[in-house]
Parts: sequence; structure tokens; C-alpha cells
Amino acid sequence: MARFVISRVFSIALTLAVIVTLTFFMMHSIPGGPFAQDKEVPPEVLRVLEAKYRLDEPLYVQYANYVKGLLVWDLGPSFQKIGVSVNDIIKQSMPASAKLGAVTFVFVLLIGIPAGIFSAVKRDSFPDQAIRFMATLGQTIPSFVLATLLIYIFSSRLRIFPTFGLRTWKHFVLPAIALGGYSLSFVTRLVRSSMLEAMGQDYIRTARAKGVPEFQVFFKHALRNSLIPVVTYIGPLIATVITGSFVVEKVFAIPGMGKFFVDSITNRDYTVLMGLTILDAILLCAAILIVDLIYGLIDPRIRVDK
Amino acid sequence: MTGGDRWEALPPELRLSEKIIRPSMTYLQDAWRRFRKNPTAMFGLVLVASIVLLALIGPAVSTHSYREQDLNRTNEPPGAEYIFGTDSLGRDLFVRVMTGGRISLLISFMATFISCAIGVVYGGLAGYSGGRTDNVMMRIVDIIWTIPLMLYAILLMMWLGTGLHNILIAIALVYWVNMARIVRGQVMNLKEQEFVLAALVQGASRWRILTRHLIPNSMGPILVTATMMIPGAVFTESFLSFIGLGISAPLASWGSLCSDSLGALRSYPYQLFFPAIFICAAMLGFNFVGDGLRDALDPRLRR
Repeated sequence: MARFVISRVFSIALTLAVIVTLTFFMMHSIPGGPFAQDKEVPPEVLRVLEAKYRLDEPLYVQYANYVKGLLVWDLGPSFQKIGVSVNDIIKQSMPASAKLGAVTFVFVLLIGIPAGIFSAVKRDSFPDQAIRFMATLGQTIPSFVLATLLIYIFSSRLRIFPTFGLRTWKHFVLPAIALGGYSLSFVTRLVRSSMLEAMGQDYIRTARAKGVPEFQVFFKHALRNSLIPVVTYIGPLIATVITGSFVVEKVFAIPGMGKFFVDSITNRDYTVLMGLTILDAILLCAAILIVDLIYGLIDPRIRVDK
Repeated sequence: MTGGDRWEALPPELRLSEKIIRPSMTYLQDAWRRFRKNPTAMFGLVLVASIVLLALIGPAVSTHSYREQDLNRTNEPPGAEYIFGTDSLGRDLFVRVMTGGRISLLISFMATFISCAIGVVYGGLAGYSGGRTDNVMMRIVDIIWTIPLMLYAILLMMWLGTGLHNILIAIALVYWVNMARIVRGQVMNLKEQEFVLAALVQGASRWRILTRHLIPNSMGPILVTATMMIPGAVFTESFLSFIGLGISAPLASWGSLCSDSLGALRSYPYQLFFPAIFICAAMLGFNFVGDGLRDALDPRLRR
């Protein structure tokens, strides 16, 4: 087990190093530089600006400085907002994103898993077909379409839910659906198919032959094994929630990291973009690491394989 | 046989009984036969075909052009002259959605094709080389696999700048890893089989074995993965265009049309509905075709 943990931690650390390096050099080789604007900037001003943000040093020195800053979690100043650091922006925007992300996460699992189980237990019934139809549909609607449709229907027409902000529980309903719609469909289908697969296994027949009540066969024997794939999906789920939040937060005007990310694309605020990319990558890698470890714990076959 | 003579010639009508009447079918014919029997897959195929046809023919038969503005008739609801209505600059939305479809589909097909080519060659080489080369190559794939790919498509777009070619490059450069993994797995399995040994004995070069024997025999999974990549590319393209990194005006794609409609969503919701419906229909169609292809080409992969 120790070897497994060490090898996973090592490969995640390597991945993060590659991400940081790639992001840094990509952002620093964008033609025009961060201060290129529509109107010509006088060369003297440009020189002062570059000296202020230490962009006049050789690239490898800048890279070393950036990595040094990163180690003590200092992501540098914003290029566009004067006197604001990337750390400030993250500190300010993280709570909203984290809250929305957590709500979405719980929403996806709390609805997706029971729906999948129900669909598998009542296989081929009308509710099963309805759930499968919804799940197929949910996987084809992009989050930005879902978000705008929800706003149009529930905010503009029916006026049930508010359009923007995150003040009361009502504010969370529409963004969470828009953000989690795809994952909800995916989890439902995943649970359904793995539940059906588990039901075909020999140990289920054994349990039935022993005279275990049908209810227990489903929830004690089949369910336990069919939830393992759901654990694997947690990594990709966090990835979809992070990328989905770019548009969902923008559309619902939620002051979270996703909105700042998209804004920094339009403003060409490279340090903010770089910092948020790296933060998102760290979150995702941490999630993948945790999932790997949990997976190794609950399913010993994985450890043996590697 | 009756009588004593066991060597008597068979009567002509019996001679045919040994012959195989059913024509032999190639792999693809067989797959097509199975595919045709799958109603969902056929529905998907019809859906995809009609969207492609509409996108190809739509702009050609319409009397309006995608960039022609009529400032006297802005934001007109769907009607007889403009069947999808007009946008805030009085451009015909039908033509714009169809032209957008051309661009979205073109990007998706091309990006999928390029990333498939990269993935097949990379995965094939890794799988066939084996050993240390394979180890290093797949380590690289593992690292890319962990990176949130959408983030990298976004960064690449920032780096390359917006525009048709750049979107293509960004999507193609980011999404080839899945294909590489699948091809590598296939090649690893196949290279131990006797027909590869036979080719080797006959003096075939490694490159010939890879391109003539291993990759053609992995065609099923390659096709399925490629079909599944197309909706992913449609989605990525529209996502990038939606956050303002894709196609720029006056050209349009489904994503940029959705994005354009946001400002006036409350008053003119139909400007969102039409491109959105086309995105969803295309994603649905390609997903159905992909599922059907998977079942038809390789029954073992069926879930």
C-alpha cells in the first residue's frame, strides 16, 4: 500500500510540474504581450510597466521566480487590475465557487445514485424508460444552453427563481442544475448499468438461492459493488464542475473563480488566467489522487494490478 | 447412396448443396447489417444526415446571405420571409444557423480526423514498440490525461488567437490522448497473434506490419472512438465560441450564435432556441450513431 501511495503522489506531482511549466511558457509566448492594447502604448511606458512586473528579465529567471512564488503560494500581481494580486482574486472568489461546487456535487450524487438504482430495479418499466430518456437528453445539452434555458423558463417567464447572485437557497437551484446536468445524467446511467451488470453475477444467484430477501439482494449485495465505478467518476465530475462553472457563473453572474477566469480571458489578464488554471489543476489532481487512494482501499484488485 | 456404386456422380440438383449460398460478407458489410437493425442508431444516422444536408444546402438555396444586414427589420420573430427570424442586426437567422452548422461541423470533423491521425500513429507506435519506448510514451499520455483538457484548449486558443484554423488546431492537439490509449491497447493485444508472426517470417518491415496488419485490424474500436469524439468536438467548439474564443463575426458557429443571443434573451428567446436545438440534435445524433457503431462493430464492447 505504501508503494502504491508513493507512486501515485509522485506521478501527480510530476503532472503538476508539467502543467505549471506548460502554462507559464504558453502565457509568456503569446504574441503582443500583456500590455498590447488597441491604442499604441509609448515605448517608455511599456518599459516602465515591464520593469515593474519584472517582465524585462530573461525568461528563465522569470520562470524561476514564478516557481519560487508558487511554492509559498504567491501567484503574483494582476496585470490589469492595479494593486490587486492573484491571491486576492482567488481569496475573494473562492467561497462562491466552492459553495456552488459543493451544492452541485451533493445534488448530482443525491439524485443520480437513487435514480440509477431505481431505474435498474424497475428495469424496462415506464419510469425506467423516462429516466433513461432524460439521462440521454441531459448528456447532449451543453451547460451554457441549459443555463440560459433555465434562466429563460424559470426566471423570466415563471419568475420562480432569481436570475443572479448567491444569497438564498433559491439562488443555488438553477446554477446547480445547469452545472450538474451533464454529470447527473452520467451518474444515473453509470449506476444503472453497473447495477444491472452486478445483478448478472454469480454471487447474486448464490444469494437468491440462499433465500436472501430480494430487497437485501439489491441493496446489500448488488449496490455495494455497483457503486465502485461512481467513485472513479468523482475526478471527472470535479473537472466538469470546474469547466462548467466558467459559463454557468458567467451566465448567472456569480462572482466566483469561473467568472474571473472568463473575464481574464477577455481582459487578457495573463497572471490571473495562469493562477486560476494552476489552481484548478491542483484541485483536480488532488481529487484524482484522493479517488485513487480510496479506490485502492475499497478494491484491493487495483493495488495488485499496478 | 442407393445401389452399389459409391462413386457415382451426384445428380446436378444435389451438387449445389455443398455450395455456400449466402454471399460472404466483409467485416464492414456485416457491421452495416447489424447497424441497420438498431432503430436508435438508424435514428441517429438520419438525424446527423439531415443536419449535414441542411447545413450544406441551406445557405445555398436561401435568398439571404449570412452577413447581409437589414437594419429596418431587426429582431424579427420567425415568419414567412425569415423562417427563424432575424438577429439584432437584421441578419437572417436561418442562414446564420445553417452557416454556423457548416463551420461547427467542419471544425468537428476536421479536428476529430486530425486528432485521430495523431492518436493512431502515437498509440500504434507505443503499442508496437513496447518496452521502454512504450513506457515513456504512455507516461506522457498519462500526464496529459490528468490535465483538465478544456483548460488547455482555452490556453491554446489564447496562445494561437481566435479563428477557424486555430480552433481546429486547439481541439486536435488536446483530444488525441484517448485515441492513443485505445489504439495502443488494441495493438498490444494483436501483435502477439500468429498472423503478425507470419508477416514477420515473410520479411515484412515493422512499419508495414503496423500499417497493413495491426491498424486495419483495430479499425472497429478506432471508428467507434472517432464517432464518439465528434460530439465532444462539437461541444468544445461551441463552448470556446460561447466564451468568446472561437469564431469571430460576421462568421458564425452554433456556439457563437448562442452567445450572441444572450443579450436579448428575455425579449427574443428564439434567437437562442434555434442554434441550441441544432447543437443538441447533433450531439444526440452522433452519440446514437457512436453507440450503434460500437454494438455493430464489436459486440464484445457492448455495455
